Amino acid sequence: MNSNNIVLRVEDIHKSFGDKEVLRGISFDVVKGETKVFIGPSGTGKSTLLRCINQLTIPDRGRVWLDDEEITNSGTRINYFRQKIGMVFQNYYLFDHLTALKNVELALLKVRGMNKEEAREKALTELRQVGLEDWADHYPAELSGGQAQRVSIARALAMDPEVILFDEPTSALDPELTREVLEVMKRLAQQGMTMLVVTHEMGFACSVATEILFMENGVVAERGTPDLLTHDPQFTRMKNFIGQFNSYRGG
Amino acid sequence: MDQFTFIFDILLPALMQGLVITLQLIVCSAPFGLVLGIGVAAGRQYGGPILSRICKMFVLLIKGTPLLLLLFILYFGLPSIGITLTAFTAAVIGFILCNGAYNSEYIRGALLSIKDGQMIAAQALGMTRAQAIRNVILPQALRRAIPGLSNEFIYLIKYSSLAYMITVVELSGAGKNVATKYFIYTETFMVVGIVYLVLVTITTVAVSILEKHVSVPGTSRSTSAAQM
Ligand SMILES: Nc1ncnc2c1ncn2[C@@H]1O[C@H](COP(=O)(O)OP(=O)(O)OP(=O)(O)O)[C@@H](O)[C@H]1O
Ligand SMILES: [Mg+2]
Repeated sequence: MNSNNIVLRVEDIHKSFGDKEVLRGISFDVVKGETKVFIGPSGTGKSTLLRCINQLTIPDRGRVWLDDEEITNSGTRINYFRQKIGMVFQNYYLFDHLTALKNVELALLKVRGMNKEEAREKALTELRQVGLEDWADHYPAELSGGQAQRVSIARALAMDPEVILFDEPTSALDPELTREVLEVMKRLAQQGMTMLVVTHEMGFACSVATEILFMENGVVAERGTPDLLTHDPQFTRMKNFIGQFNSYRGG
Repeated sequence: MDQFTFIFDILLPALMQGLVITLQLIVCSAPFGLVLGIGVAAGRQYGGPILSRICKMFVLLIKGTPLLLLLFILYFGLPSIGITLTAFTAAVIGFILCNGAYNSEYIRGALLSIKDGQMIAAQALGMTRAQAIRNVILPQALRRAIPGLSNEFIYLIKYSSLAYMITVVELSGAGKNVATKYFIYTETFMVVGIVYLVLVTITTVAVSILEKHVSVPGTSRSTSAAQM
């Protein structure tokens, strides 16, 4: 690791689908233990950006490093990097045919090559982390949305990732369930997990984020600490967006 | 000779021998037909452009060829290019090809019904595509393909009778031989029919037990299976 403790470095990412330019040059560094929050209008490329980081979508241009090792163009080593970069999705994407426990175990067995006892032990530990030890033997269809999302967080945690990418983890949840997921994420942040979070939860963003990045039209239009954002008058576009969003939500 | 003596002393022993052959044909064909079906479906869905085209061509070719013709080619045709198969082997190969091609269609349909998110989540954890297909996609797809695959298995039970046309004396053939020897057609073929019906019934029951056994709790499939 380098002297600045930079875990993840994203440099000048571009991505187009057809002739639609979705990402038009995005760069940022993520320091160990930091929580970066991304906000911005729908269709602005937030999900695409997260997927470009672990190469689920291959960027047209730009580079990504994890701990000074380049992820982009890393060939089959990408599967190693993906273990180190956890991902949590809006719709959880739990493996539907497996219990909560087996969901968490699967990659431990198949990717990390643990034996059954080790994997089980580790999976139970991670489920305990998210408060779902008692639900280990339940299938995804038997879980509430909030529980399912917490299982998917446990599944990501099990790989001992250096950073976790959250793509609107609470957007499919009602307020009660949103709270239980955000609490888990808040605790992770406090424990020093490095996280990138795409969310519309401004309460969470303001209390947990080390930096908020406002994306618009494929670029980071404005960025700053939550404190700066709420007090500095220069961040007009982001304030506008948040204002609109809140009034939409409130109304 | 009364009917009773005919059925129990002549017909059933002969049919029993035929039944053994029929069961051997099925047991030798079905597992490979399933494997072939999985391979072809996965090749079509996840293989590169060349492999997927080959798989597609294979399915089209088999679908477009009457099974009887396929058996004739394998048994009577191949010797002319130096490949001589026993009748039993030719039949089994024909059944595997036919069963595999149709199985692949059911499995492909099931693969298509699995949401992209399953593959994405698996890859995000560091699984290769092959690992994701084996551990995440196929287990779900095969569950969904069970009704179609069992249907195809039932067809196999019945079209195994075509082996008789290339001299394999299986159940239908055994019945035919008895019938022509004793000039007793109606009773003979009714009994043969009943044996097939029993085979199909056993299969149907076994499949529904299997379906219950592998159903995933909490899904609509498991509740509907429980109601049956
Ligand atoms: N695989 C794809 N093929 C074609 N277009 C795509 C693909 N993925 C995303 N897009 C397009 O790229 C644009 C950005 O999508 P993206 O999902 O990254 O936005 P987002 O900021 O995450 O939006 P949201 O808040 O709605 O989730 C959209 O216009 C979308 O239609
Ligand atoms: Mg999105």
